[in-house]
Formats: sequence, structure tokens, C-alpha cells
Amino acid sequence: MSLRTEPVTMNVGPIHPSTHGVFRMRVTFDGEEIVDVEPVIGYLHRGSEKLAEERTYTQVVTLTDRMDYVASMTNNQSYILSVEKLAGITPSPRGVWLRMIAAELQRIASHAVANGFLINDLGAWHTPLLYMLREREKILEMFEMLCGARITNSYLRPGGVFMDAPDQFWPALNRFLDEMPNRIDDIERLLTTNEIVLIRTQNVGVLKKEECLNASITGPVLRASGVDWDLREKNPYDYYDQIEFSRPLGEIGDNHDRFLIRIFEMRESLKILRQCIENIEPGPVRPKEVPFLVRPPKGDSYVPIESPKGELGFYLVSDGGISPFRCHVRAPSLINLTLLKEMVLGDKIADLFVTFGSIDVNMGEVDR
Amino acid sequence: MTKCFSGEKINELIEEIDPKSVVSTNLDSVHIKPENAINIFSKLKDKENCQFNLLNSLTAVDYIDHFEMVYHLTSTIHNHSIVVKIICGEGRKEPKVSSVVSIWKGADLQEREVWDLMGITFENHPNLKRLMLWEEFPGHPLRKDYLR
Amino acid sequence: MNTVMDSVVFKFIYCMLVSSDECANSFKIIGSGFISEKYAIIGFLITAFFLIFVVINGALVGVLALIWGERRLIGRFQARVGPNRWGPWGIFTPVADAIKVMFKEDISPSLSDKFVFVLAPILMVVPVLLIFAVIPFGEATFLTDLNIGVLFVLAITSTNTLSVLMAGWGSGNRYGIIGGLRAVAMLLSYEIPMALAAVGVILMAGSLSIIQVIESQQIPYAIFQPLGFLTFLIASTAELNRSPFDITEAESELIAGYMTEYSSMKFGLFYLGEFMATIASSAIIVCLFLGGWKGPEILPSHFWFMIKWILMICVFIWFRATFPRLRVDQIMELAWKGLFELTLINILSIAILMLIWPDPSITELWIMTGVNWIVFFASLWIFGKLLGPKPLEKNGVTRKIVLQK
Repeated sequence: MSLRTEPVTMNVGPIHPSTHGVFRMRVTFDGEEIVDVEPVIGYLHRGSEKLAEERTYTQVVTLTDRMDYVASMTNNQSYILSVEKLAGITPSPRGVWLRMIAAELQRIASHAVANGFLINDLGAWHTPLLYMLREREKILEMFEMLCGARITNSYLRPGGVFMDAPDQFWPALNRFLDEMPNRIDDIERLLTTNEIVLIRTQNVGVLKKEECLNASITGPVLRASGVDWDLREKNPYDYYDQIEFSRPLGEIGDNHDRFLIRIFEMRESLKILRQCIENIEPGPVRPKEVPFLVRPPKGDSYVPIESPKGELGFYLVSDGGISPFRCHVRAPSLINLTLLKEMVLGDKIADLFVTFGSIDVNMGEVDR
Repeated sequence: MTKCFSGEKINELIEEIDPKSVVSTNLDSVHIKPENAINIFSKLKDKENCQFNLLNSLTAVDYIDHFEMVYHLTSTIHNHSIVVKIICGEGRKEPKVSSVVSIWKGADLQEREVWDLMGITFENHPNLKRLMLWEEFPGHPLRKDYLR
Repeated sequence: MNTVMDSVVFKFIYCMLVSSDECANSFKIIGSGFISEKYAIIGFLITAFFLIFVVINGALVGVLALIWGERRLIGRFQARVGPNRWGPWGIFTPVADAIKVMFKEDISPSLSDKFVFVLAPILMVVPVLLIFAVIPFGEATFLTDLNIGVLFVLAITSTNTLSVLMAGWGSGNRYGIIGGLRAVAMLLSYEIPMALAAVGVILMAGSLSIIQVIESQQIPYAIFQPLGFLTFLIASTAELNRSPFDITEAESELIAGYMTEYSSMKFGLFYLGEFMATIASSAIIVCLFLGGWKGPEILPSHFWFMIKWILMICVFIWFRATFPRLRVDQIMELAWKGLFELTLINILSIAILMLIWPDPSITELWIMTGVNWIVFFASLWIFGKLLGPKPLEKNGVTRKIVLQK
């Protein structure tokens, strides 16, 4: 005798504890197995690209903060680099070093949040998450010193940054650099050899190299699959060409690799931060001749950078006016979701959320 | 450092693949004919000295008198990149271009986004539905003639 | 009536009400009560109801204390303070929670099966209260001494499966149904290792009565048969739906599982039932494996029971703060491929040892303990090899993170 069964379609989200924001998946389950996933997005769509067309180049900086609100500094950086290329502005060295410091701190913060929430999706009652958030808090405090804001920083300006770091910033940064390696080791000891974490994440949500590249997936997810593609090294922007760091690469490309890659990248970011502190010299943070209202000549520019989520780039078109004619964001979070269905098909319900968490998407950036 | 090809170099590359398909050559990009696009893109991906295996970005710009598609392509093997543009359709009426999802899967969500916000139809797209907005939404908001 | 009279507390209250010769002999100072022996049954009933009232309310207060303790302790585990606003150290937080829960709007979804929907939370709480009937809270302090106490506990705890399924089914929510079905699969599976782990204890004690089990423990069974203790602990964690086996609620997957559609006091009852089950299960573990009220005589037996009880609850809280959740197929694998066999090994080794030493002296008991520990490590090592995480490779690719210079 065989029982008659039928698959169940469920709306996971838009309000759900582990969709990391307002994200909806129409999931079809056959018992515990996933047979179909369809991401439905747009719940946080604010039309940033349209809004940017009505603001001056400097005002758009505040819009970029609100795209990936876990990594505002790198959003700023990507936009500013694009504007600088469009308008032909040469930034002042101190400003560039400062924004590299900000970006690397932001990368650590973003990876900490990503890994914390990944373990939370595994069901670990917030403990590792809160340890991660504690470290992120120190970074946010440093951002507060830099620019007065914690999350929506708007710290960068065309030509550099808008304010020099105050005196108390440097001791705080040094203290952070001394403490952080131990904290990362703690997290690694707590989680990477935990057998439950291992059996839950290993060989789940596997992505192969070719699939990844074909689907334009970038960032830690791509590197976890074993593709050596880090724009900081392959296409250095700012002063990344003067800095030595290594890129962690995974082999299998499953959830565990993506988790490990982020932990390793946090260590590399610390290395970069130390070199930035050595190299930074006194001087103006922003060239005096850069006007407040930037008027780039006609043309377009696209400067991709390595944001914590992947390749982030602003495609700006100028018609010679004070505001961009067209501003398109190449959002890594959105494009990394392309293969979500292929990653989770045939897995169990529980794996869906782990895999989704391991891609590390941010809804503000997906919907913009 | 990723080598960004100039318009002249891109023109040479594309002329090798499909002669007379380049409409105009700019400083750092080329415009190609929409009907030859699929052939050119698939060759660009596979050809030995091109191997543009990563579609960085795909977007559309409303230039008021016409719509333009912009493709940023990168090769992770040779570490070089090009920009290819397509002027789609006659004027503002029914802009149409063939989908590149069959070549790069990564175009899937981006093309849906462009259709949603800019209203450019992608032929042969497997699932061309609105992405950000709901199905009944009137108009395409990123067009310059969209009024609130 | 006679078994109940063994309880000192019961007898004391009974004797304050009823005048009888037996009472007059037992408690010379207070003498005997005012109800004549002809109507002794009235005195008996009043005593019984009074004690049940005390125990139920004690359990409810215990739940409040547990909620506070759990939140404070987990706060410390997570490097934060925990609730500290209401009252000293926040001890009134659960009271505020309870009041809040009572005044919430009671929503029942239109798709729900009303009868089942309402019955489920009641079925969750009542059986757990029954468990407290057989728990001895100290030497000669208990409500009743059932001669099938262990069996009674195992039977009663398995009824919450039904409640969870009813809640999941009745709420007409797909998350609820998945949670309910997971619960049935998991809870029924873990009944078996739980019962089999208790068999090891029963074999040694030679009785199903919890009092007898405690009295037979010259060495606490947790030390004497570590395999049985471990499997019972894991199985009862699963029975309690606590982390790492909380797949029925699974906050990050199923929102709240079978409780998704519940609000107000119905939700409160589930919460209550769950926490009360934690308390009851800890008490059972203390009775079966940690020697119940036994301890050095510097403290009264009730204190020893209390200390062990609280420690056991802390262990459950510790589990919750530490472990990520297992996946549903891994949970079933653990029950059927791991715990089931381990309990059988435990029963086998104890049965063989009891054949060799049918009436062991204390030295022989320690020898048996040593043998049991050897069996414990050997079997855990073998099962760890068989069921643990596979070697870090797939298709010949070894997992390592390469640092590309």
C-alpha cells in the first residue's frame, strides 16, 4: 500500500526570523525535502537608483549607505571611486588611506555579522551571534569617532573623506587590532570543530567553480568554491596595490567553506589594517580644489570593488549636470541569489536557511 | 590590474567574430547591432583570446531618444574587461533585445530587474517577470518619462 | 492509603486533622486532630487536596524561577547582563511576562479546528503536573509512592507528543503541521532509548518504584552506569524539545513550529508546560541517576535534592546556550543508529555483571563501575567513528583553506 502524498507550498517570509530582512521564498516541500524555491523580492525597494537622479553627486552618498546597511563604508567607497573616475578627481593620499581603513573595518564587521547569523540559522540560540556582535560594536564605536554615525556613515566624499580621524581613534584602532585575533581564534575554536556545526554545514549547498562564475557570483562565495578572484588583488583600487595580503580559497564550496573563508578574511583584513596604519601620513584628507558640487563631463564610469558581499560597482552616467543622469548599482547580494534554487534543491528544510545564510545577502542591497 | 580594452581593441575583437556588426566605436566601448548580440556574446565567452566568463553587470540607460543596454564583461582567466553597448529598438517604441541568460546564468535576475524598472523586453528569457515591483504596477519607474 | 502514609509531610498534616492512635504514637507533641476516626476519609481528602495544591503551585512558582534563571544564565553565557529591570536582579521579570501574556488578545485563526486548537495547550500542561505526584522531594517527602513509578513517568511524558501534534494540526498553519509531524517522529523515536536507558536502572534497583530506585543507589547510577546516564540525558533533552533537539519549534526554520498560531494564555500554557517539563525531567534524572535526596548528612535530604535538581536544570540551560540544532534526519539517525544500540549495550553489560555478582558488596559495585566505564568509552569511541562527521573530503578533494599569496 502506498500513501498518497502531495508537496506543500509555503511562503517563507517576508517576515520570518531567518530571512535576514523582508525576503520571501515560495518553497515547495515534499515532506522535509525541498522540490522548488522561488525567491520573491522587492519588499524593501526604495527606488534608490531613481532617487539618485535627482540629487547632487555628494548627496547620493547618503543613499548608498542605506543600500547595504551592514557595510555602508564599502558602499560609499564604491560610489566615490566611480564619481572620481567620472570627474577625473585625484584623491588626497591621507583620505584614501583613511577610507581603506574604514572599508577594512567594515569588512570585518560585515563578516562577523554574516558568520554570526549563519550560526544562528543553524539554531544556536544567539550565543555565537552575540559574541560576533560584541566585536562589531567596537568597530561601530570607531566609526562613531570617525564620522559621528554608526551605521549610515556617509563618511566618504569625492576626493577623500570629509573629516580627519580624531586623536582617540588611533589608540582605539590599535587596541582593536591587538584584541581581535584572539576573538577570532575564540570563535574558530568554538565553532569550526563543533561536530554539530560540521555535520550540518559540510557538503550542504555545494557550488562548483564553473556554476559560480557563470552565474556572476562573486565575493567570499566565489572564493569558497576555489576561484582566485579578489578585486583588491586582481584590479586594485585605492592603494591596495601597495599592500600585501593573501586570499583564502576554499576547495569544495559548501556552507562550511563559506563560513571558514569569512573567518580567514577577517584575519587578512586585520593584516591590511596594520599596513594601512604604517603607511598613513599627515596631510589633507580631501583636496581643496574639489568643489562641493561636482560637475563631471559627459560620459560613464563603472568601478567595481570588493565589498564584503562580492563585487559592488556603481555604473554612473553623467550628462554634465550636477546630478547623475543614471545611477545603476551592481548589487552583489542580488546576483548571488541567482543560484539559490540550484543550491538547495533536494536538501532538507533546515538546510535552506543555512545555505541562504551562508550566501550572506543583505535585503537593503537586494532591493535597493 | 585588470586590463580595460579601449574601444578600438574591442572593435578588433568583435570584427574577428562577426564582421560589420559594430555600429560605432567609442573611447572605451562599442555599440553592436542587437540582432548579432547573442552570437557575439557566446563567441566572446568561448574564444581563446577573449574568454569573458564573468558578466559583471548588465544594465540599461534611458537616453530619452533611445534605450541603451550596457554589458560589462570580465575574463577571470586573462584578467581583462570590456564594455559592450547595444542600442535597442527604434526610438522609444518597444525596446527589445535578446536575452543572454543562455550564455551567462548571472543575467537572470539582472534582466528581470531591467525589465521591471526600465521596461526593456528580453526575448527568450525563461522567466521574465517583474522583480522588484508587483505585477500590476503601472509603468516602468526608471524611465525618464515616468511620472509619479 | 498505606503507601501515602509513608510520607512524613502527609502524615503530619493528616494527624493535625484526624485523631487516631497511630497519629498519637507518631507525633506525641502535637497530639491528634479534631476529626474523629470515623470520618477519617474527610481528613485524608483535605490533606491530599492541600498537598496537591501546594505541589502544583510550587511547580508554577518553580516555572517562574526557571524562566528568570534561564534568562539570566543564558545572558551570562552570551556575554550580556540579562533581564535586570523588574525587582532586584530582575526577579519579577517573569511575573511581568505572565501578566503581559494574560492580557494579550486571544486570537484563534479562522482555518483552525477550534476544539483541537483549544484542547492542545491543556493537554500539554496537565500530564506534566501528574509527574510531580511521584517525585520524592526529600526523604519520606512525596505525594505518592507508586510501585510502577518509573513506568508511570515514561507513560505520562509520552502524552505530550499528542498535544504537540494536536496543536500543529489544529492551528491550520503549514509551519504548525510540519512542526507537529516532526514532533511525532522525534518524540516517539526518543521514547525508546529513554525507556531502555531506564531499564538499566530498574535492573539494578529491582523495582519500578522511584523511592526504591533511590534507596538502591549506593553509588549514584550516573557514576555506576555512565552509558545509561548519557543516553537518558540526551533522550530526555529530545523529549523536552530543547536545543539541540528543538526541531519542533526551530525558531530559525519554522518560526515557532506548532506554537506559531497560538497567542495569549494558550501560548502561555505551552510555555508553562515546556518549562514545567524541564523541571520535572530534571527531577526524574536526579531521582534515577544522581541518587535523589541522598548525600552527606551535613544538610537535610531536601537540600541535597534541591541542589542536584538545580544543577540538572542548569545543565539543560547550558545545552541550550551552546549547541546548534541538529537536522531532522540527523536526529532520527542519532536515535535509531546511536542511542538505541548504546542503551542495548548498557543493558547487556549490566545484565552480565549482575549475573556474575547477583548481590554485590560495595567493592564489587566499584569493580562493576570500572567495567561500565570501560564499556562506556569503548562504545562511544566506536559509535563516534561510525556516526560522527565524515572525514573532511568529498570526491577526493581534501578540505583546506589555501592562502593564496
